Amino acid sequence: MTRILLTGNAAAAWGARLAAVDYVPAFPITPQTEIIETLAEWIDGGVMDSRLVTLESEHSMLTAAGAAAVTGVRVFTATSSQGLLYGMEMLYNLAGWRAPLVLVNVSRGLSAPITLEPDHNDVLAARDSGFLQIHCATCQEVLDNVLLAYRLAEDSRVRLPVIVNLDGFYLSFTREPVEIPDPVAVADFLPPFADLGQHFRGGQPSSQAVAVLGGGPYSYFRYQVHLAAEQAAAVYADLGRQFERHFGRLYQAVEAYRCDDAELVLVMIGSFATKAKVAVDRLREAGQKVGLVRPLLLRPFPVAELRRLLGQRKGVAVIDQNLSPGRGGILHAELAEALYGLAKGGPLLASFVGGLGGRDIAEEEFLQIVEVLSQAVQRGSAPPPRLLFTADELQQVRRLQDIAHGSREGDDAS
Amino acid sequence: MAFDYEQYLRPGKLPHIWCPGCGHGIVMKGLLRAIDTCGLEKNNTAIVSGIGCASRLPGYVDFNTLHTAHGRAAAFATGIKMAKPEMDVLVVGGDGDGVAIGGNHFIHACRRNIDMTYVLLNNYIYGMTGGQFSPCTPTWAKASTTPYGNPDPIFDVPKLAIGAGATFVARTTAFHATQIDKLIAAGLRHKGMAVIEVLDDCPTAYGRRNKFRSVVDMMKRLKEIAVPVKAAAHMTPEQLEGKVLTGILHQEERPEYCEQYQQVIARAQGA
Repeated sequence: MTRILLTGNAAAAWGARLAAVDYVPAFPITPQTEIIETLAEWIDGGVMDSRLVTLESEHSMLTAAGAAAVTGVRVFTATSSQGLLYGMEMLYNLAGWRAPLVLVNVSRGLSAPITLEPDHNDVLAARDSGFLQIHCATCQEVLDNVLLAYRLAEDSRVRLPVIVNLDGFYLSFTREPVEIPDPVAVADFLPPFADLGQHFRGGQPSSQAVAVLGGGPYSYFRYQVHLAAEQAAAVYADLGRQFERHFGRLYQAVEAYRCDDAELVLVMIGSFATKAKVAVDRLREAGQKVGLVRPLLLRPFPVAELRRLLGQRKGVAVIDQNLSPGRGGILHAELAEALYGLAKGGPLLASFVGGLGGRDIAEEEFLQIVEVLSQAVQRGSAPPPRLLFTADELQQVRRLQDIAHGSREGDDAS
Repeated sequence: MAFDYEQYLRPGKLPHIWCPGCGHGIVMKGLLRAIDTCGLEKNNTAIVSGIGCASRLPGYVDFNTLHTAHGRAAAFATGIKMAKPEMDVLVVGGDGDGVAIGGNHFIHACRRNIDMTYVLLNNYIYGMTGGQFSPCTPTWAKASTTPYGNPDPIFDVPKLAIGAGATFVARTTAFHATQIDKLIAAGLRHKGMAVIEVLDDCPTAYGRRNKFRSVVDMMKRLKEIAVPVKAAAHMTPEQLEGKVLTGILHQEERPEYCEQYQQVIARAQGA
């Protein structure tokens, strides 16, 4: 099996190609665009038997994707950031339709201010839509999880759309060695699309996306989405083991890195977790009992796994690349709820917000986070939430504000 | 004496992001000359844009400016004009922004005939994201998402604007630099929705995929395809094949939206 260098975007495109998707509605947006360009080249060049159409917006794109999926074909699409939010109305619809498609989101911070670089507020805005969410940390994970996502989405116990998330720039434009699975083996793992009666057929009239009158039927169907999403945890665990048998790589809802005897644990999602691993290695070399826990599944939220992995630790630091103004880090809040009510009270929880709008998290900052956590554990009380932000960065902002102020002065003079 | 562009530029904001050979700078200079000709006050002028290469323009110019979401410039501009009808409101944006993702806002601004000036820089492509086809990419031209040619028919922006109800519609090209300010100035003086399409070039994302050997080739093409409306009146359909009409294509008087709204207020107060 050979490995080649692929960007995260190219890995996502390879996932769609190997999944033999029938239809790709598309719309350009940085940093996702390379995915649809790669697929367009393959489809127009006859390498891939599929159809790709650029719609006039992400809203139309997701509408077309959902409609195609419920007519009985395998659908792939991709977006980022503002595009995901512009299509937000359709995310809820597609989940309600039980349209089993795969959407790759390449994370990018949301406006305003306008930025191109990643954080997770975009994908977390889709948290309650009914889409399942798989968060990737490497290019290989992106390719593999597109395949897993189709199995998950199309499973009769689940039948929900899935978002596969990767970080813009840090993963989308970074080349890593990726093993491209053998198409024959993929066909064995991922059989052709089964519509399970969800199709358009002459002579078999059916209605999709009907309206209901009254809260009773609405409650029933919305709760069905929740139950199906909860089922997806066990299904993903099963699929992960099947995937390992086919391709030799195991995927689980939560990755635990050097956690066996860890007293202090970092928790984060996405590609920045690979930086956290390096910091964990450094601290282990220095004799500290530190580990990393990284949820791949965010919906369904792997509560049981997280309680098992984190319940007995002394301290847990959650690093959120998102911000819910007025509340703080979203993952921190979710984890605090998941760990609530443990027999011995559970670990001390600390909240750090960092990496917003593509800001790097330096290795030294991970070391600092562990130091703050360690002191908090010794003290016996959680530290206040902290934003990763340096004095140098503040100076840079002040310089920009000076430029803006200067242009106003020029205006006064004129 | 040479025109003083500096008076309208924000200090410290240059160099701009546009590629060498891009015509957006030519349009920006035309826009500033038009604003100067019409004597618009800086503090009373708002320039709004959405997302894209053309939408970076408001960042460089020293007026009240708003750089908004993809496709939403006309809606933001409508909000400004309704809240402050005394302001001069301009929109600057590209073809993808204006008539693809923002198409709905564009046609409804035209329909209302709200008093603003919309300068649409049509470079036939989504330039900023690297050259995906837009509703203005010529049929069978190449784009990064249509490497073997684009099968889609195009929007004719002036026809779209006229059909939707805009009361001043004009077109020129980045080659016809001196016509740009004249048409924008005429649009600014017009009471109602004014749309000025400027056909532009994108050597980076469009030209290199479509056999334009240089920016000069692209500018030559703009020169060659443009036919002034008056000249076109004397030409046969065969002669007009592959040409585009330039100049003021449509102008009519129709009640302007903010004034209509004042009548609603007057009626309510009279009742």
